[in-house]
Amino acid sequence: MRLAELGEREWRRRLHVGKLVVRAGPFRYRFDSRLPQIAEGIGLLYADYPVAEPDEFADFALKMEHGAGLHRWWRRQVRFSSDGFYPFAPLPADHAYPQLEWAMNWCVSTRAHHYLMLHAAVVERGGFAAILPAPPGSGKSTLCAALVHRGWRLLSDEVALISLQDGRISAAVRPISLKNQSIDIMRAYVPGAVMTPVTHGTTKGSVTHLKVPAEHVERMDETAAPRWVVFPKYIAGAPTRLAPYPRARSVLDLGGNSFNYMLLGQTGFEALGRLVSACECFEFSYSQLDEAIHAFDGLADAVGGHG
Amino acid sequence: MADLLSGVWARVPQAGFSARDWEILLGQARRSRLLARLALQAATWPGELPAPQRDYLQGSLRLVQRQRREVLSELSRMRETLGQAQGPVVLLKGAAYLLADLPPSRGRVFSDIDILVARPALEGAETALLAGGWVSQERDAYNQRYYREWMHEVPPLEHVQRGSVIDLHHTIAPPTSRFRVDGALLMQRIRPIGASGFHMLAPEDMVLHSAVHLYQEGEFDHGLRDLLDLHDLLLHFEAEADFWPRLLARAAELRLGEPLTMLLDQRSRLLAAPVPAAHRAAVAALRPAWPVRSLVSALLARALRPQHPACDTWDAGLARQLLYVRSHHLRMPLRLLVPHLLRKAWMARRPAPAPEPPPA
Repeated sequence: MRLAELGEREWRRRLHVGKLVVRAGPFRYRFDSRLPQIAEGIGLLYADYPVAEPDEFADFALKMEHGAGLHRWWRRQVRFSSDGFYPFAPLPADHAYPQLEWAMNWCVSTRAHHYLMLHAAVVERGGFAAILPAPPGSGKSTLCAALVHRGWRLLSDEVALISLQDGRISAAVRPISLKNQSIDIMRAYVPGAVMTPVTHGTTKGSVTHLKVPAEHVERMDETAAPRWVVFPKYIAGAPTRLAPYPRARSVLDLGGNSFNYMLLGQTGFEALGRLVSACECFEFSYSQLDEAIHAFDGLADAVGGHG
Repeated sequence: MADLLSGVWARVPQAGFSARDWEILLGQARRSRLLARLALQAATWPGELPAPQRDYLQGSLRLVQRQRREVLSELSRMRETLGQAQGPVVLLKGAAYLLADLPPSRGRVFSDIDILVARPALEGAETALLAGGWVSQERDAYNQRYYREWMHEVPPLEHVQRGSVIDLHHTIAPPTSRFRVDGALLMQRIRPIGASGFHMLAPEDMVLHSAVHLYQEGEFDHGLRDLLDLHDLLLHFEAEADFWPRLLARAAELRLGEPLTMLLDQRSRLLAAPVPAAHRAAVAALRPAWPVRSLVSALLARALRPQHPACDTWDAGLARQLLYVRSHHLRMPLRLLVPHLLRKAWMARRPAPAPEPPPA
C-alpha cells in the first residue's frame, strides 16, 4: 500500500503516534511527529512510497518534536531524536523539514554498515549505474536532478549503497536536496517540478527537497551494476569535458568520500577495489546541463544501453 | 512499559521477539551503548536471527572491531609519549579490559581512554601528554580550577590531530567525595598487563572502581553497560578462591561498602547473579542503613532502565535527576556544592557556542 492510498487522515494519525512506517529502498523509516511542516513535507514528497504496517520492523526511528521548555513557544525550535538519543543541537522551528531529511541521511550513514557507503549520487540507465561522488558545491545534486528528469533513474542523491556480498548498488531512492542557485535552475529545467517550500538560512544556505518521479519510486527494489565513476565539477562557463581518471586515484578519492570505508577495514577495501575494477572512471567538468546529459547518454549508448 | 533490554542478559528469551519488539530491543541497546554486546549475546540464542536485525548487530561488531584497533594504536603512541620516566601508568576501565583481555571488553564501545598515575607523577604525565599533542579541551578558567581543586582527574586531554581523548586520573573518586580513595593505596596493589608497559588495578580494586564510578557518576546513559562490566569482572575474578573475602575486606578498608553492595543488589535483581551464600553475611555488614538502602535501590532500579521512548517514564527521569543531585552531594560537601551549582547555572545562561551543524 502506498502512502497516498492509505488516506491522509490515517497516515497523519499514524504520524502523530509514531506508527507511520515508510519504506525507501532497503530501509524502513518510522516517523513520529506532530509538527505540521513534517506532515506537509511527507505528504508532498512520499505520497508514492510504500507504507509498512505499524508493527513491522523499522530500520530507523525518527522523532521530530518542538523545542524543550520555553523554546516550544519563544524562538521556537525543532529537535530530532532517534531511540531517545538527541545527536544534534536544536534548530529553528522552520528548519524542521530539511532537518528530517538530514536526520534520515544521518541514520543511514551511521548505522547501515552492512553496505559500503559512499557519499555520492547514483543514477542508472539500462541496468548500469553511474556513481557521482563529490564534495558539496560541485554541482552533484543539480546534475543528478537533471539526469533523473532526462531518462536516468534515481538510485540516490546522497549515498551509494554497495552490497558487500555481490557489489551491486541498492536504490536508497529519496527526495533530492537542492541548494541556493540550483533551486531556480531546476525550476526552469523541470517545469512542474514538485518541491517543498524553500527554507532559508540553514547551514547550507537556502534549501529545498525535490520530489522523485513516481516510476523511480516504483522501481526502488531494482539494484544496478556499477559501471561508471564520474567525478563531476561545475565550472561556470566551462566547456563540457569528460576525461579518463586513473583507477588508483579513484579508489583513494572514493575511500575519502566514504561514510564507512575505514570502519569496514579489509572488507571495505575489497569491496571498493571490486567496485572500481568494474567501472570506467572519469573526471567531468560542465556548465551546461543539456550538454552534460548528452555526455552521460553517450556513456550509456556505448555499452549498448537500452534506455 | 517495555524494557526489553534488561531481561536478555540473564536468560534466553523463550517466547522470542516480534518484529516490533526487535526494533525496540535494538533501539534500547543502541541508546544504552550495548548494541555490540547484544550482538554477542544474541549469537548464543538458538535459531537464526532475521535479516535486518542480524545486519545491524553485525554492523555494531564491525564498529567495535574498528574502535579496538584504534584504541590499541593510541595506547602504543601514548606509551611512547609517556616514556619510562613517569613511573607506572595504570589503565582504567575499557582500556584495561581491552589490553588485559578481560571479559567486559567483549563488544564494549569506547569513549575515552582513562589512565591513572600516582599523584606526585600527575604533573609530569600531563606535561608529557601535552608535548605529545594531547591538549586540554577545557578552556574555561572556572572549569579548569574545578577539575584541579576538586576532582580526581585533570580536564580531558584531546589529541590535536587524531581526536583521541585521555582522562588522566590520580585516584578513582573525587577527593571531596564521601567515597574518596587515597590513590597511593591503589598504586600499592597494581600489576603489570603482560609486557605492554602498562599496569592495571588489582582485581578487587577494579571491581570497586567499576562500582564507585557507576554509583556516583550521575549519568545513566550507560548505567546498564557499567553494571554489565561489574558483572563480567565478578564472574571472571571469582574463579580465584579467596576473591570474595579479598573484595569485601578491601571495600571495608577503602570505605566503599555502600556503592559495592548497592550495585550487587542491582546485579542480583537484573542479571540473576546473587552473591554466593558463603559471603552474604559479610556483604550485609557492608550495606548502608535501611532508609538509604531502600530509597537508593528504588531510584537505581528506575535509572538503570534504558532511556528509550518505549520505557522512559516520568519516574525514571525523576529518579535519574535525584541520583544526579545525590551524586553531586556525594562528590562534594554542601559548602562547595551550592556555590558550584549556582556558578554552573549562571554559566549555562551565557551565550553558548554555535551549535554543531548536522551532517549532510
